[in-house]
Amino acid sequence: MMNKHTGEQIKLRGIAVSPGIIIGKVHLVYRSRVNIQYQYLIRDEQLDEEVKRFETALNVTENQVLNLKDRIPDQVKKHAFILDACLMILKDSMFTDSTIQRILNEKINAEWALQKSVEDINQVFDQIDDDYIKSRINDVENVAERVLRNLSGKAQENLAGINERVIIVANDLSPADMTELNIDKVMGFLTNVGGKTSHTAIMAQGFELPAVLGLESVTDQVENGDLLILDGNTGDVIINPDDITLNNYKEKQIQHEEYKSSIVKTSHLPATTLDGQRIIIKANVEFPEEVMSVRDYGGEGVGLFRTELQYIKRKKFPDENELLEDYRAIVEAIAPAPVTIRTLDLGGDKFGSELGNSKERNPALGLRAIRLCLREPEMFKTQLRAILRASVYGSVQIMFPMISGLQEVLDAKKILCQAKEELDREKIRYDHEIKVGIMIEIPSAVTMAEVLAKHVDFFSIGTNDLIQYALAIDRINEHVAYMYQPFHPAILKMIQQVVIAARNGRIDVSLCGEMAGDPFCVPILLSLGLNELSMNARTIPVVKEIIRSVSIEDARIDFENVIGLSTAEEVREYIFDRMKSRFPGLEKKWNYYMLERPDGLILS
Amino acid sequence: MELDKKLKIRNKLGLHARAAAKIVEISNQYESRLFLKKNNREVDGRNILSILTLSCPMDTEIEVRIEGEDSESFMEKLCELFEQKFGESR
Repeated sequence: MMNKHTGEQIKLRGIAVSPGIIIGKVHLVYRSRVNIQYQYLIRDEQLDEEVKRFETALNVTENQVLNLKDRIPDQVKKHAFILDACLMILKDSMFTDSTIQRILNEKINAEWALQKSVEDINQVFDQIDDDYIKSRINDVENVAERVLRNLSGKAQENLAGINERVIIVANDLSPADMTELNIDKVMGFLTNVGGKTSHTAIMAQGFELPAVLGLESVTDQVENGDLLILDGNTGDVIINPDDITLNNYKEKQIQHEEYKSSIVKTSHLPATTLDGQRIIIKANVEFPEEVMSVRDYGGEGVGLFRTELQYIKRKKFPDENELLEDYRAIVEAIAPAPVTIRTLDLGGDKFGSELGNSKERNPALGLRAIRLCLREPEMFKTQLRAILRASVYGSVQIMFPMISGLQEVLDAKKILCQAKEELDREKIRYDHEIKVGIMIEIPSAVTMAEVLAKHVDFFSIGTNDLIQYALAIDRINEHVAYMYQPFHPAILKMIQQVVIAARNGRIDVSLCGEMAGDPFCVPILLSLGLNELSMNARTIPVVKEIIRSVSIEDARIDFENVIGLSTAEEVREYIFDRMKSRFPGLEKKWNYYMLERPDGLILS
Repeated sequence: MELDKKLKIRNKLGLHARAAAKIVEISNQYESRLFLKKNNREVDGRNILSILTLSCPMDTEIEVRIEGEDSESFMEKLCELFEQKFGESR
């Protein structure tokens, strides 16, 4: 297909709030602020009339909203309360009475007075800590806009009149706008503002239409009729896509549809092997926005929440409250399922802004993760306090990364203890039973696992780094990356050793590296005795499917055979053949997950 | 007649828009006036925005005061609403 447009391809990234991939044409909705140029004074004898004009506009607005409420589509009926809230704002004294008072006292026109009232309300809301409540100012502004429009006598663009299938692009969409839409004609939504908790997000999910919000200036970057790709899974938006991108996404779209229909039915069910072993499947999360997808894909909690992002994206280190806010959002979204928060794994290749960019000759072996935290105890304690405080909002576990031996565990626990004592003194609540675990990702920790197990509540095996350190391979270095080999018998033996140490020490053990989400590794991991895996949420459904179709006994045969092989090539071939015989037609079925394999094992 | 009582927010989301809307809804059904107070700030039970600005997360205790003829049945209804977590499951 040829693209006729002359515009260049533009890529944007927003907040993905409702999943799905669509390709369609833009319909821009102008909901820009009504321009109030008319600020004028009212003569005394006309004040009553001005008040009446305002009251009439309120009545008209009320009727409009009531009308919308009557026609609200069934899919979003349960969100009708949003319109009730609009009606209540119209009757709120901060909104209505104060505007009337202003008209009378300051002798100004209704538009001006209403604007001032909204500014006042804005100030009050601005001081509120709670982000959810703070964002409700949008509702007030939406209602005010309707009233202003009615005062000006200008009609709104009639959204109900849209009659071809389009992607709606707007600065913001009020709930009223959303209910007004002829939803059969809407393919998806893009807006400049808004986030996970906005009404637009809630409604888009209700309609099961893909949406990407918080794009900042998308309304300036598109024109009516532009072709656009909206990926509600990742938050990617591509304006005027070129042919290659377009074909790419058409493929993705098909895969997404196939994937949805194939897994949706079973991904929420627990995963149990043929011989009855229940395996717990959790998700690794980096961006707070990903949390929504954890449940969709059937994750039973977050097995690894990476906390680096909040440090990297800011110029200064985040303070306790900023951290708490982010942790709380995730913990609440996942509750009652548990979230394992890994403390800062900065240093090495990803350095925080405040620490500057000190060049180390060998960053992977340098001052990073727990080593860095123990050298910056105040920064570390701030994070620990935030994690502890977040623990009251659900179920939280703490995990220390890059542990090489017992001393680091003891030192880190000491600082944790100080953080707890501080909170006790300040009478701030936290979960006193909070579990503390460590990442096993350095070979020395594998060797010392029996000892470490006596001092922590759980192990999580981080295979990405473990493979790197055990095989002395920098996976970023293209000359040796081919040797990065999850199936290396040494790695399998190490994992086995850690699992046995955990079992002997009666503590939990899970595995959270890329291996956990790799269909080819899963049977072997099960044979090693692991019964908890944490992975990229996207891969959960297929991993569950594999678990359901193997038995531990059968997988153990794989393990015995693999451990007897001597080269990576042989292992690779063996595993591939076994999987092919277990899952006929797997190339086609799993292709979606096989695109970027670390060990280059491409199916074809 | 005036009635005072301390009530606790039990729903997970706290006193957010939907919950606040429910308070306003029943406030409008009674003659009596409802006032909600937290940290010495008192707001009118008929004003949704003022209620929101009290900013009450789960477990917040707020003081409620109802003034008027039908305050008793109003209070009963209000307690029920808080007790049932504003009709929310968590």
